Amino acid sequence: MKIKQLSVFLENKPGQLNIPCKALASAGLNILTLSLADTHQFGILRLILEEPDKGKEALEAAGCVVNVTEVVAVTVPDRPGGLAEILDLIEKAGINLEYMYAFTARKKDQAILVFRFEDPETAIEVLQKNGISVINRVELFDLAK
Amino acid sequence: MTSECTCSCDSNKKNFNPASAMDYLPSEELRELQLRRLMATVSLAYEKQALFRSRMEERGLTPASIRSLDDIALLPFTIKADLRDTYPFGLFAKPMSEIVRLHASSGTTGKPIVVAYTKKDIEVWADAIRRAFICAGLGEHDIIQNSYGYGLFTGGLGAHYGGEKLGATVIPTSGGNTDRQIMVMKDFGVTAICCTPSYLAYLLERAEELGINVQELPLKAAILGAEPWAWETGRRLEKMGGLRVFDIYGLSEIVGPGVGMMCGEQDGLHIFEDYFYPEIINPDTCEVLPDGQEGELVLTTLAKEAMPMIRYRTRDITSIITQPCPCGRTCRRINRISRRSDDMMILRGVNVFPSQIETALMAVEGTLPHYQIVLTTRHGLDQMEVQVEVTAEHFGDRIRELEDLKVKLAKSIERTVGIRIDVTLVKPQTIERSQGKAKRIVDLRKK
Repeated sequence: MKIKQLSVFLENKPGQLNIPCKALASAGLNILTLSLADTHQFGILRLILEEPDKGKEALEAAGCVVNVTEVVAVTVPDRPGGLAEILDLIEKAGINLEYMYAFTARKKDQAILVFRFEDPETAIEVLQKNGISVINRVELFDLAK
Repeated sequence: MTSECTCSCDSNKKNFNPASAMDYLPSEELRELQLRRLMATVSLAYEKQALFRSRMEERGLTPASIRSLDDIALLPFTIKADLRDTYPFGLFAKPMSEIVRLHASSGTTGKPIVVAYTKKDIEVWADAIRRAFICAGLGEHDIIQNSYGYGLFTGGLGAHYGGEKLGATVIPTSGGNTDRQIMVMKDFGVTAICCTPSYLAYLLERAEELGINVQELPLKAAILGAEPWAWETGRRLEKMGGLRVFDIYGLSEIVGPGVGMMCGEQDGLHIFEDYFYPEIINPDTCEVLPDGQEGELVLTTLAKEAMPMIRYRTRDITSIITQPCPCGRTCRRINRISRRSDDMMILRGVNVFPSQIETALMAVEGTLPHYQIVLTTRHGLDQMEVQVEVTAEHFGDRIRELEDLKVKLAKSIERTVGIRIDVTLVKPQTIERSQGKAKRIVDLRKK
C-alpha cells in the first residue's frame, strides 16, 4: 500500500527548482504531484511520479541528490472536515506524522492526501481499521490521471 | 602625562614621555644593545632549549659564533610547528618555579601553542604595551576599556598590564555583552578602547541602534589588533566613532600584542627593537632581504627568559620602512601586514587553518565531505563560510535531518577552531574541482 516518493535537495536560490523539473521533462516523466519544503538556506522538493525508479535515475544524472521514501496515500471526500477526521484518528492512535500534502483527484470529487509517517505500517493498519481508504499506486495513478 | 624633556632632543619629541625613551635611542646605541641582548638570548636558548642546541650543533655553531648583529643570519629559524612538536614544556628555558604565567593560542591540530612568561617577561611585555599606548597618545589620565578577551588569549591580560603600567585606568570589560560595554564607555568617559576591528565595528553599530552618538563621547583612540583589517576599514571606523585608530602588532609566540605599534603618524608600525629584533626574509629562499624590500617578517626576542624565540618565522608579509619617522622615534617601522605566506587565516582574533576545518568535518560523519572555504570581506573585515556538499547518504526527505547535519557540522567546527563559522549546505558538484582535486579555498576578499 505504500507509495514511493522522491525527495530532491535544492539550494534556496533562483533557478534551482527548474533543474529537476527539466530533467524529468526531458526524460518524458510526468509529475503526479509535488510539495516543496523550504528553509531560508535550502529546500526539499518531494515528488510523486508514475515511474519513480526512472525518475531517480534521470534526476541523479542531472546532478541532483535524491532520496526515496515511502509515503501513504488516502482518499477522502472533497468536502469541509474531510482532513480533520483523519487527523483526529492519527492523533488518537498516537501516530507520529512527519508531514503531509494534498491534491484533488481529477475524475471524482475526492481529495488525495499524502502522508509521511514515522511508522507507515501501523498507520495503514489504523486508517484501514477505521474505514479510511488507503490506496495503492495503481489506484493513485488512476485517480490522478 | 608629559614631563619636560631635558635632553637635547628636537622639537619632534613634543609630549615626550620618559617611559618611551628607548624608542628614541640613537641607532648605534640601539644596535649595541641589540647585539648584547642577542648574545645573551642565544646563550640561554643554547643552554636550555634542546631543539635549538641540536640545530646549532648541526650547523657547527656555538653562542660564541655570534659576534655581530649580521651573524644572526647564521642562526636556525624557529617555526610554529616547533612549538606544537615540543608541547608542553619543550621550549621552556626556565623552571616552572620561575614561570609565573602561561598563555595559549590555537594550533593547527588538537594541541594548542603554549607560551610561558617569567616575572621579568611580564615586565618586558607590559613595558612594550605601555610604550604602544604612548604611541597612541595615551597617558595616566586616560581611561582604557579593554575589550580583548581575558584568558588564554594574550590580548586581554597583555593590554591590561600595559595600561596599568602606564598609570591609566583600565576597565577589564573583556569581550561580549556589548550593551553593557557601551554603558560603561558612556558612563565612565572612556577615552580609549582596545579590541579587534570587527568588534569595534559591531560596538559602533550597536551604539547607533541604542541611540548613542559615540562621536560625542570622550573616546578618542582605538587600539586595534589580533586580526587583519583594511586601512579603509580603519578610516571608516574613525569617522563613525569620531576617534583615531592605531594598529597594534604582536603574536603569542613572540610575546603577544605589543611587538609593534602605529604612532600618531599612522604610517607603519614601530617595532620595539630593544625587545624584538626584526628581519625580512625571502620566504622561499630564506635569504635575508635589505630594509625596504617586501618579504616575511622574522622576529627574535631580545629580552625574554621563559621562552626565548630565535628567528621565529611569523609568516606575515611586510617590509621595513627605510625613512625615519616624523614622530622622532628611532626604532624602525614595518608596513602594515599585507598578507601571509601560509594558509593561516585570522578571524575575530582567532587563528584558523583550513586543515582544522577538515578535521572538524571529518569528525561528524567519519568521512570527508566535499567542502569549500569561502573567504569574503564585509565592512573590510574577513568573513569565512564553509560550504558542504550534501550527499545521498546524508540526505533524507525531512528538513530536520538537514538542519541536524548543519548544526552538527557547525558545532564540530566551533569545537575545533574555537569560534562559530557559518556552514552552508550546497548541492553536489557545486564545488569546483580541478584535476580531480577540489579547490578548498575560494578567496573573494578584496586585496
